Amino acid sequence: MLRKKNSKTPKEPFQHHQKSQSDLSVWLKVGRIDPEKSVQDHQSLNDQENNSKQENSLEPALNYFATGKIQDRVSLKRSSALQRHLATVESVALQRGLPPEAFNVLLSTALSGKLADTVNTRLLKSLIPNSVVPETSVVSAVSWLCVSKCSSNIQVLFLRWLITVFDLIDHKEDLRALYGFFFFFLQEEKMCPYVCHVLYLLTRKENGESIQLYEGMRPHLQALLSLYKLLRPELVSITLPAKTKIYFKNAEGPWKAAIRTIRQRKLENSPVPQPLFLGTARPRSRKRKWNAQLMIPASSTNRSHLEGVMGKNTDLYSTDEYFPVELLQTFPQLLQNIHHLEFPSRMGSVLTNPLLLHYMNCTKDESVYLRLYYWLGQTLQEECTWCVVENGQNEEEFRDFLEILCRAQCFLHEGLVPCEEFLYRSLPLWDGLCCRSQILRLVSWIPLNSSFEMKSYLYDPLAQLFFTSSLYFKCSVLESLKRLLQNWLNWQMVHLDSATDSQTHSLNTTFSGLVNTVAELIHFVGMISTVALRLESNHTFLLYFILEFYETVCDIYLKYNMPLLIMPPAGVFYPVLLGMDPVNLNQFCYIMYRYRANLVAAKENEHSEKEIQQFRFSSETYKEYNQYITAMVGCLWTSNAFQKDTHPQGLQMDDELLNKTGVKEFKTSFNIVYHPAMIGYAVQFLQQVIVDASGKKWNWYLEYLYAKGLEGLKVFIESSISRVSQASHSKAGNTKM
Amino acid sequence: RNLDSETTALLLRKQWALYSVTPLYKFSSAHLKAYAKLLSAYIAAEKQKGLAVEVGVELDIKVAISSLPDLKGSDQDEAAILVQLSLRSQASQKKSEQKLVWSGWFCSVCGDDLSKNVSADFTCLPVFLANGAESYTSIVGSWFQEIFDCCFHRLAISPLSLSWMAAMWTGCKVEENASAMELVFSVPNLPQSLDISYAIHPEDAKALWNTVQKTPGEITQEEVDVFMDCLYSHFHRHFKIHLSATKLVKVSAAVASAHCDGIIKFLQSQYIIEVLMLLTELAISQIQ
Repeated sequence: MLRKKNSKTPKEPFQHHQKSQSDLSVWLKVGRIDPEKSVQDHQSLNDQENNSKQENSLEPALNYFATGKIQDRVSLKRSSALQRHLATVESVALQRGLPPEAFNVLLSTALSGKLADTVNTRLLKSLIPNSVVPETSVVSAVSWLCVSKCSSNIQVLFLRWLITVFDLIDHKEDLRALYGFFFFFLQEEKMCPYVCHVLYLLTRKENGESIQLYEGMRPHLQALLSLYKLLRPELVSITLPAKTKIYFKNAEGPWKAAIRTIRQRKLENSPVPQPLFLGTARPRSRKRKWNAQLMIPASSTNRSHLEGVMGKNTDLYSTDEYFPVELLQTFPQLLQNIHHLEFPSRMGSVLTNPLLLHYMNCTKDESVYLRLYYWLGQTLQEECTWCVVENGQNEEEFRDFLEILCRAQCFLHEGLVPCEEFLYRSLPLWDGLCCRSQILRLVSWIPLNSSFEMKSYLYDPLAQLFFTSSLYFKCSVLESLKRLLQNWLNWQMVHLDSATDSQTHSLNTTFSGLVNTVAELIHFVGMISTVALRLESNHTFLLYFILEFYETVCDIYLKYNMPLLIMPPAGVFYPVLLGMDPVNLNQFCYIMYRYRANLVAAKENEHSEKEIQQFRFSSETYKEYNQYITAMVGCLWTSNAFQKDTHPQGLQMDDELLNKTGVKEFKTSFNIVYHPAMIGYAVQFLQQVIVDASGKKWNWYLEYLYAKGLEGLKVFIESSISRVSQASHSKAGNTKM
Repeated sequence: RNLDSETTALLLRKQWALYSVTPLYKFSSAHLKAYAKLLSAYIAAEKQKGLAVEVGVELDIKVAISSLPDLKGSDQDEAAILVQLSLRSQASQKKSEQKLVWSGWFCSVCGDDLSKNVSADFTCLPVFLANGAESYTSIVGSWFQEIFDCCFHRLAISPLSLSWMAAMWTGCKVEENASAMELVFSVPNLPQSLDISYAIHPEDAKALWNTVQKTPGEITQEEVDVFMDCLYSHFHRHFKIHLSATKLVKVSAAVASAHCDGIIKFLQSQYIIEVLMLLTELAISQIQ
């Protein structure tokens, strides 16, 4: 202790001044910006003016104390500057409280012993925080305390202040590290009662070692000892009186009432309650219902604390064996401490902590999920803005909450059960506007479940909204259903892999159930797409999103190993094929090419006996594919779409009927040159390329199209059209499956 | 099950605000005393939040947590837990001078639907009833939520459930001269609230119910609908008002009275358990 005391060189206080200067400059900048900010805070003009005045006057005062211009031991009566600045600090403190940045300067000044005790006392008494007290300022104040520059009265006053504002200090880790210093002060007669109180507030289990026996059981020491005894009964052998009386003197001092007044004033002034404390505890607005826990509960309180205090079994009180979740910051830490981790007292807090989500993901404890699910289910039910009538004003809050859920689910790659139930319950009442993006993202994480009746719970309410809402809503629903499909497919792949060894038997039944559920989704999207295209007159944007969906559908067999191949309905197929837009047509060519690749692979697997899962796509599927491919080749290549198309909803028409339309060259109006989506390219091609009479023109044109980035068209033509000879363009046919 | 007179005195003729509570995690009825100590410290801390807590000061609020072993429906139910806050009077330090300012209790009557789904780490007491200042309910509720990771929510009673209560309570036998059964309806979409009170002589109501109920001891939704429809048509004949277009907000009978906001008052000790059984069912359906 003594060594420490001496090691405090005179230089150190000087460094403090420098530090506080830089701190101050930061604060000064903030101070200048503040008045502008307060405009946004809906404060009245008067308030604003007052604020900026006060701000301006506190600035030079702090500057005055920080720069150390004050002469040593200058008398208050003689220095008008000191009088003025001290008065400013006092009035600002009483009216609005001091900003966190002010504490370092003022504490250092008051405890450095440079000024007379009357000034120091007044400074200390005006230390009324308006929000928090920064830990750094307290730590440096304690270091001033150790160099004993100030009188014992000031020391005591400082300790009383410290006890009063203890809960307002933003962090306490470094302060706890100074435990030994405080313990040393126990020897000082005058300070002892207050030091006891400070120690009482600081003590944790590991501090028990510093216990020494003190004679003369004064009540404040008794209190401290009783705490030690509670934490480490093996180290305290004396018996303490069972009945606890007032241990510590009232240390409130002049501050408590002032702090209260300032808090009260702050609450009144701001329409939204300001956060008073940093750290994990968020302030609770008085207006909100206490049991509505929309805010994610703060983690912390170790359960073993509870058991320890209950005194059931001291062995259970083993904080050092548990790694506190608050300290968990990095992934390596998680790996190192994975066996010593304890979930936070409120499971809801894991949602915002990715590391705990990791940990939750690998735990097998059912109760962990139950705790989270109960909380989540209740919160969603109670806080849903369109299910509960009075909740209208909290939409933003609810949206943020859903956003957190979306992120957590995305992180877990898994939907949470309460979210699913929430969707089923709330979708029928949803207006399609409120929290749209979040709700649709939640939809895409609905788990794949074969036995569940999706139609009435999900598809029906969704379809109702879909048909009656805007184009953009339709597109976002399609997007979200695409993700749902992808999530299901990914999920079943992972689970199929992990399940194949153990339970092949039960798998077969459930697997076909899963395939049916996926098929049901694809048929649903086909149905709503058909209707939507009619409603929106084949809007290009809508088609784009529909094709995005089918891009996943066409590759299910090859990419996700699920025996499922569903062609788009004619209501989707023909609008794309005959549409005006080359991008969608190109994309669709690619999709048809992938359908072909999947069918070819399936056919090959049918022939090889190696394949474990014996299945075939039905001949209907092949037939449908062939009908489509005939129509496509007719439209894009052979110019005979009106003759060859065999699809019942297709283009086939009598020549007689076609003649009636009055279109002259109807035969050639659908091929790669005259197709409405391609004609732009054809015109450009003719403008750019010198017309060559030879048959190579056709190939040139194709090369030109490929060079324009029509990759889908390329793979389609190369795979599905067999050209008899490269030189002859007229003789070409389509390859059927 | 018969409740002892001490328990019934605590529960009868008080307005209880109803809450549903999700299962309490790691709650043990062996530690009630320790819980009481922690809760009283929490209340003290909560009352002077943001300022240093005076340690060891005689707290002016005393907390008692005890168990009401008889208050349950089946052996699977957990015993009810009673929390009482009493104020020590400043003038005299005598223990007898304590004044009960708030009480609340957790209970489960035939709550198997909930308890069969959870592991042994959880204690299922889905109904919470509170009497006293909302600020105390808030502090006590917050503490339970924090320590046992559970959720409290107000348990509103739907008009449908209220009509069930009306029918059920009409059929109950009450020895003394029973007071009139009263149904309160609120007329929706009016600039000023308008409530219609419909009082029926208990004997008349019982006679009507007896003609509606087919098998004694068993009630169906259909019977409840018929019973209410009869009352409605009677009212319409006299006042030309369709009560079916209004909202049933309160039911008072000799057995108990219930308000749609989630407030209940027990009036007959022998029916406390039965009323609680229905409330447990409502609470569980809100939780699950």
